[in-house]
Amino acid sequence: MSDLFTVEIISPEQSILKQETNEATIPSYEGQMGILKNHIPLITFLRPGIITIKTNVEKKFYVEEGTVEFSNNNLLILTSTANDLANLDKALVNDLLKEAELQLNNTDSTDKERYVAAYKIETLREISQLRG
Amino acid sequence: MPSLDDLKKRIKSVKSTQKITKAMKMVAAAKLRKAQESAEKGRPYSQKMQNIILNLTKSINDPQNAPKLLVGTGEDKKYLCVVLTADRGLCGGFNSNICKLAKNNFKKILGEGKELNIITVGSKGYDQIKREYGKYVIKKFSFKDKKSISFNEADEVGKEIISLFNQNKFDKCIIFYNNFKNVITQIPQAQQIIPAETKNLKEGYDESFSYEFEPEEDEILEDLLPKNISTQVFKALLENAASEQGSRMTAMDNATRNAGDLVDKLTIDYNRSRQASITKELIEIISGAESL
Repeated sequence: MSDLFTVEIISPEQSILKQETNEATIPSYEGQMGILKNHIPLITFLRPGIITIKTNVEKKFYVEEGTVEFSNNNLLILTSTANDLANLDKALVNDLLKEAELQLNNTDSTDKERYVAAYKIETLREISQLRG
Repeated sequence: MPSLDDLKKRIKSVKSTQKITKAMKMVAAAKLRKAQESAEKGRPYSQKMQNIILNLTKSINDPQNAPKLLVGTGEDKKYLCVVLTADRGLCGGFNSNICKLAKNNFKKILGEGKELNIITVGSKGYDQIKREYGKYVIKKFSFKDKKSISFNEADEVGKEIISLFNQNKFDKCIIFYNNFKNVITQIPQAQQIIPAETKNLKEGYDESFSYEFEPEEDEILEDLLPKNISTQVFKALLENAASEQGSRMTAMDNATRNAGDLVDKLTIDYNRSRQASITKELIEIISGAESL
């Protein structure tokens, strides 16, 4: 029996990805979450992080927010900000990083916004390190 | 009887109008393809979003404490109507159809003695509504200078709606837009977005899973519902953009054909009066020769 399930990433503008995969790792709001076939039905949302989709080739996407639903071996990710890591250029990463830092230091931000911003910075730093 | 010169001038002017309408039709056709594509690409997102919300709604055990965005304020006194139209004219009945539907609803709402607030998106809608209902318009958006609609624009409208809701400015929110069915058919639609109309959702979607929620379901709903409002607005904007181009294309196609008919008619008139004048001259010459 194959242990593949479908993963779909959809943004308001278009459907970004639809494919079969063995395993997906998503940055859920309360922590990194690995999903395999026959996972229990689940609804959660995302914090900034990297979605990793593991098949023969590994695919990575940077997301800032989104909603995830898993049912019937169908992983559905609705997000307005999904960028294929391969297409993300360094200038954009730096811009986003600056923006997030501003938000973190902004005294008007709520705790929730700061929590999100902190993850954003962490992820973006990681990405820029990967790039070297 | 207009003179030959007058006819010639008219034929020329109709022909150049025809050229303009033909060009507009081509432009609309090109834009339509793009708009239609993005409308179709945008559909899955809003549909899936609705499905998730439907699933969430089913698992709510305590409707009293459910988020107000979902179940409404429980009252039915104040209405917010969002009228989505185009920024440009010359697209047949596109703008008028939406406004007509909206105005009928306004009349009904006011007739029942309820409070009405209007938000218009697109300048054409505002122009048509302001005469009768201008005093109810509380805000108007226009994305005239935007080349194509992105989610940000919809989010702007969505956030405005939500902030008004949080200020208790309305109990129910209805959006008016044209649903793109195909190039020649666009259906003006009134969709209630607050409280979310669950009966309109895909029926037969009865996969009654017990979902695992992380974090709690009301937290997810709180995050998801505002997003859903923006998504619905975005969907409406995309449908509208495609409808506008489709409607313009059909209108311009008709205009081109009408201009063609008119040219044919005028040409016949022109030839007839040319022939008449030649005949007249001939008769004069002949009768002149006879009298000699």
